[in-house]
Amino acid sequence: MKKTVVLIMALVLTFALAACGKDNNGGNDNGASPTGSAAPGGDVKGSILAAGSSALQPLVDQASKKFMDKNSGISIQVQGGGSGQGLTQVAEGQATIGNSDVFAEEKLDADKAKGLVDHQVAVVGIAAVVNPEVTVDNLTKQQLIDIFTGKVTNWKDVGGKDEKIQIVNRPKSSGTRATFEKYALGEKTEDLQGSIQEDSSGTVKKLVKETPGAIGYLALSYLDDSVKTVKYEGVEAKEENIINGTYPVWAYEHMYTKGEPDAATKAFLDYMMSDDVQNGDVVELGYISANKMQVKRDAEGNISK
Amino acid sequence: MAQSFERQKAKPHVTEEWVGRVYTLLCIFLLVATIFSMVYFVASRGLTTFFGDGVNVLELLTGIKWNPEGEPAVFGALPFIFGSFSTSILAALISAPLGFCAAVFMVEIAPRFGRKYLQPVIELLAGIPSVVYGFVGLSVIVPLFRDIFPGQGLGIAAGALVLSIMILPTITTIATDALAGLPSGLKEGSYALGSTRWQTISRIVLPTTLPALLTGIVLGIARAFGEALAVQMVIGNAPHIPRSLFESTSTLTSAITLSMGNTAMGSVHNNALWSLALILMLMTFIFVFIVRWLEGRSKI
Repeated sequence: MKKTVVLIMALVLTFALAACGKDNNGGNDNGASPTGSAAPGGDVKGSILAAGSSALQPLVDQASKKFMDKNSGISIQVQGGGSGQGLTQVAEGQATIGNSDVFAEEKLDADKAKGLVDHQVAVVGIAAVVNPEVTVDNLTKQQLIDIFTGKVTNWKDVGGKDEKIQIVNRPKSSGTRATFEKYALGEKTEDLQGSIQEDSSGTVKKLVKETPGAIGYLALSYLDDSVKTVKYEGVEAKEENIINGTYPVWAYEHMYTKGEPDAATKAFLDYMMSDDVQNGDVVELGYISANKMQVKRDAEGNISK
Repeated sequence: MAQSFERQKAKPHVTEEWVGRVYTLLCIFLLVATIFSMVYFVASRGLTTFFGDGVNVLELLTGIKWNPEGEPAVFGALPFIFGSFSTSILAALISAPLGFCAAVFMVEIAPRFGRKYLQPVIELLAGIPSVVYGFVGLSVIVPLFRDIFPGQGLGIAAGALVLSIMILPTITTIATDALAGLPSGLKEGSYALGSTRWQTISRIVLPTTLPALLTGIVLGIARAFGEALAVQMVIGNAPHIPRSLFESTSTLTSAITLSMGNTAMGSVHNNALWSLALILMLMTFIFVFIVRWLEGRSKI
C-alpha cells in the first residue's frame, strides 16, 4: 500500500510540475498584456515584465523595488538578457518593457521598430580607457580610428612610449561597442587578429588594468583609478561635458513599450522619470539623468539643442 | 482460505505494476519529447541561416572571416570550429596521461588509500562550478602565461589548460572503473608467468582496458567541446585562427555566449549563432556514436 501511495504522489507531482510549466507560460502572457486598470481610488494594478539590457538592469531593478514598495498593486519583474533580447521580446509581446542601450531602429527591422514607443530614462557616457602604464592621455578621433582599425599598432605613433597596443574590445553585438564606434570613431570596425573581446565591462576593466599597452572603452559608471581614462579630442569624459554636448560619446538608455503603455506601465515609467529616481538612483548608479541633458539626439545621431 | 488470501494479496500488486509502468513510461516519454523538441528547435533555427537567409553551408564551414554585422555580412565559422577542436583535443592530450597514471596508482599501486581518499578528491574537481575555473584561469593562468610567453596570455593554451583540469575527473573516474573491473585472473596469470608489476600494467592492464580508456578520453573531449563559460573567459574571443597558442581566438561556444543575448531573435546574426549551436550539437552526437562504438569493442 505504501508503495502505491508513493507512486501516486510521484504521479501527482509530475502533473503538478507540468502544470507549473503551463502556469509560468500563463504568467509570461500576463506580463505581455498586463491587466493594468485604474481603480476609482487612483490605485493601479498590474504586472510588468521588463527585460533586456544588462547595462540598464541595475537601475531598473533598484527603481522597481522602491516603486513596488509604494504601489502594492503592481508587480514588476526585471530580467537581463541583452538589448537584442529585450527589443525582440517587447516587439513580440513577451515582455511589457524592453530595455535597450541602442535605438530600436538599429537592431530591429523598420516595421517591427515602428510599433515601439521609446522612453529615454538615462544617459550613459562611454570613455576610452588605457592601461595605467600608458603615457598617452589624449587621443583624437583619427588616432582612435587608426588604433581600432589596426593602422597604428604601437603607442609611440600616437605620442606614447614604444609599446605594442593591445585592443580589448566588446563583441560586435554589444550596445557599448555600437555607441563607441558610432560616436567616437564614426565607423564600424572589424575584429582584428589578436584583439581581445570580452562580453562584460568588468572583465574589460580587469584586462585593461593588467595587460601592458591595453586600450578599451567603458561606461563612465565603471571607471575608477585602476584604469586610466583618456580625453577625446581634448575633452574630458565628465558628466558636465556630456550634459552640455561637448563630449559626444554617450547614449540613451531606452525603455521601449509596444504601443502606448497601459496604466500600470505608465505609472512605472513616470516614476522612472521622477526627480526621486533621476536625482537619486540614476546618479547613485553612475548614469546621467535624462532630464538634465541640454542636447538631444535622434536615432540617426543628429544632435539638437 | 488460502486461495482468497492469495487473491487479496495479488490485487494491489497489479495496480502497483500498472502505476509503475505508466509512470516510468511517462518519464521516458517526457525525456524523448524534450530531446526531440530541442533538436527540432536548434535545427530549425540553425538551418534558417542556409535556407532563409541564403548563407552557403560550405562558406560557413570553411570561411575564415566572421563579420556578421558588416556590409555585406560574412559568416565564416572555421576559426570557431578550429578553436573548439584545438582547445578540447589539447586539453585531452594534457589530461589523459595524468588521468591514466592517477587511475593506475589508485587501482594497482595503492588501492586502499587511493580509492578511499584520492578518488573522492579528484571527483571533487567535477563539482567545482565552471565560472570558478574561468575566474581562476583569468586571474592566475593568464597573467602567468603573459609573463612567460610572448602575447597576452589569453588563447588556446590558457583555454586548454583550464579545460584539462575540468575534464580530469571524467577521464580518471572512467579509467579507474575500467582498471578495477579487470578480471583478476588476467593479472594473476601475468604475474604467474614471471612478469613484473610494470610489465603487467603496460602489456596486460592498459591494452585490455584501452577501449574503456578511450571512452573516457572521448567523453572528456565532448565535455570540453561543450564548455562555454570557463573557456570564454580565458580565450580572448577574437574571431580569427590564431598564429600561436598564446593569441586570442574563439570557440563555437564562446562565440554563441558572447553574442546570443545582444542579437535580436530572427536576425541573420542570431540565426548564424544557432547554426553554430547546430554544429556543436552534431559534434556531440558524433562523440556519442564514437563512445558507443568503443563500448562495443570492449574486450572485458
